[in-house]
Amino acid sequence: MSKQQIYHALKVDNNICYGCTHCMSVCPTDAIRINEGKALILKKRCVDCGECLKACPVDAIYVEQDDWDNIFDYECRVALVPAVFTGQFPTSISEEEIFSMMKELGFTHVFQAEFMVDVLNELLDGQIQRKPEKPLISTFCPSVVRLIQVKFPSLIDHIASVKPPVDASTAFYRKLLAAQGIPEKQIGIFYITPCAAKIAAIKGIGKDGEAVINGVINMSYLYNKLYTRIKNSKKEMRQLPVLPHLSSKAIQWSLTRGEADNMKGNCLAVDEIHNVIEFLEHLEDEDIPKVDFLELRACDQGCAGGVLLHGNRFLTVERMKRRAKQLGSENGHVNWKDHKDIIEDKDLFISKVNPLPAMTLDEDFAEALKKMERIRNLMCYLPGIDCGACGSPNCQALAEDIVQGKANLSNCVFLQRMMEKSNKLSSEHAIRIIEKTWGKDRLSKDCKKLGAKNEGM
Amino acid sequence: MEFIYEVEGGNFIKAGNASSAVKKTLKQLNVDPKIVKRTVVALYEAEVNIVAHAYRGSITVNINARSIRIILDDDGPGIPDIELAMRQGYSTASPKVREMGFGAGMGLPNIKKNVDELNMSSIVNKGTKVEMITYL
Repeated sequence: MSKQQIYHALKVDNNICYGCTHCMSVCPTDAIRINEGKALILKKRCVDCGECLKACPVDAIYVEQDDWDNIFDYECRVALVPAVFTGQFPTSISEEEIFSMMKELGFTHVFQAEFMVDVLNELLDGQIQRKPEKPLISTFCPSVVRLIQVKFPSLIDHIASVKPPVDASTAFYRKLLAAQGIPEKQIGIFYITPCAAKIAAIKGIGKDGEAVINGVINMSYLYNKLYTRIKNSKKEMRQLPVLPHLSSKAIQWSLTRGEADNMKGNCLAVDEIHNVIEFLEHLEDEDIPKVDFLELRACDQGCAGGVLLHGNRFLTVERMKRRAKQLGSENGHVNWKDHKDIIEDKDLFISKVNPLPAMTLDEDFAEALKKMERIRNLMCYLPGIDCGACGSPNCQALAEDIVQGKANLSNCVFLQRMMEKSNKLSSEHAIRIIEKTWGKDRLSKDCKKLGAKNEGM
Repeated sequence: MEFIYEVEGGNFIKAGNASSAVKKTLKQLNVDPKIVKRTVVALYEAEVNIVAHAYRGSITVNINARSIRIILDDDGPGIPDIELAMRQGYSTASPKVREMGFGAGMGLPNIKKNVDELNMSSIVNKGTKVEMITYL
């Protein structure tokens, strides 16, 4: 079987990571282990939700982005901005101000990621009517799509085939610019991302199709760059460009209930990754009454809770709602219906989503059965404290790692004591085992560590 | 490999716990998602039956290379006429149970539809034993 390459944007900076267990214990798919004192993300299981990044006490987990200077490889430099970006700025700063500053930074065009929302809304409504597998699950959140591939492969047929707004809007703008006579090669579209999952989804494509998005810039990076500039500039010097205003619906699309409130039928919205997992478990058991459409988002408050957003998520939601109210009645000057001829099916629909099950013990059933029997046997010995001191998130995970040949029973600090007591393990050996997991000198006195008396000195 | 779960009669909050555990196991064993789904749907239905009708019960799951064999054994009122109970729409559920969304009279037919073999025996005022087998 060929190994599928999965791109992940979440990375661990080994120079900063000091090997605590925060990320490992919050990971909803048990995708993190500690080895040699550093966190290790298991690619097959990671769904890019960003929970680890939020939990890290020393900011050792970061989201990989493209180099800012990459935008200058293109003559036509397009920033594709989701509505949550403007939602982080105080409402006293207008969209026009924000976008004109982006032009000063080097972009030649600024477009909104939610531009195609109206088209997609119609298509989704159509699929809700036709699709036999109910509920239809939105493709909006890439972390949720990956979660279904990895952990809920039996629900794959529920996933809609309509592209998320970012992808559809990118395809549309690219064609719109090309229609204006700009050579394809000169167009560089850069997505300003609120989260790691969007990056992973974008970088993951392109095996068969052409890369639609040329690069990704972290929202927090651009926010800092832009806000400093706004703070230090004189207002009257600015030329304010006229923009295609989004509809009130499109502005709120990425927030919780943004989709569910606009679909026909019985619609339900669930946000935050653990809530999503809980709900999908129920859906798998079929103990959920009839629902036509499911909006699932990995982040609390939808994209306003994205890991790369600077502001408080509740305040961001509030600001976006206020902006939506202000702009509600206005219509944009670019109407997609005027450009219907340039939109093709491939701009609006995704290719088939394949299952990527990562929770199985073995591809071979008989082998998996044997491994499970061994795990159950090992669990008789492990203490069930789920402390994570072995470098695996809990006792069950350690047992699984042992049968997969990735760990030993002696990694358990409690069993070490039992082994020492019965003279099966020397104390020097026990320390060596701990150092293998937590790094050399990890247990030596260190007054500079987080919370110690000389922290930060 | 054998798994045993206890089921508490009347506690709808815990109804489904055994099914969820079995589902997790079957997924880890790389059982075909379609079979997992069928098995879990049938088991959930049967588990809720114990919660809704019996005082207590146990679920024993046996998994081997050929089949998944589940036995649900309860202490309860029993079923006087199994054939009647198998009919779609027939239900003895109390109004309290129906209010909670259960008791539409689809339970047993739905179980039968989702497993390869279904055997039932019951003694009135003593309890019911359900055996369901799915071949792999």
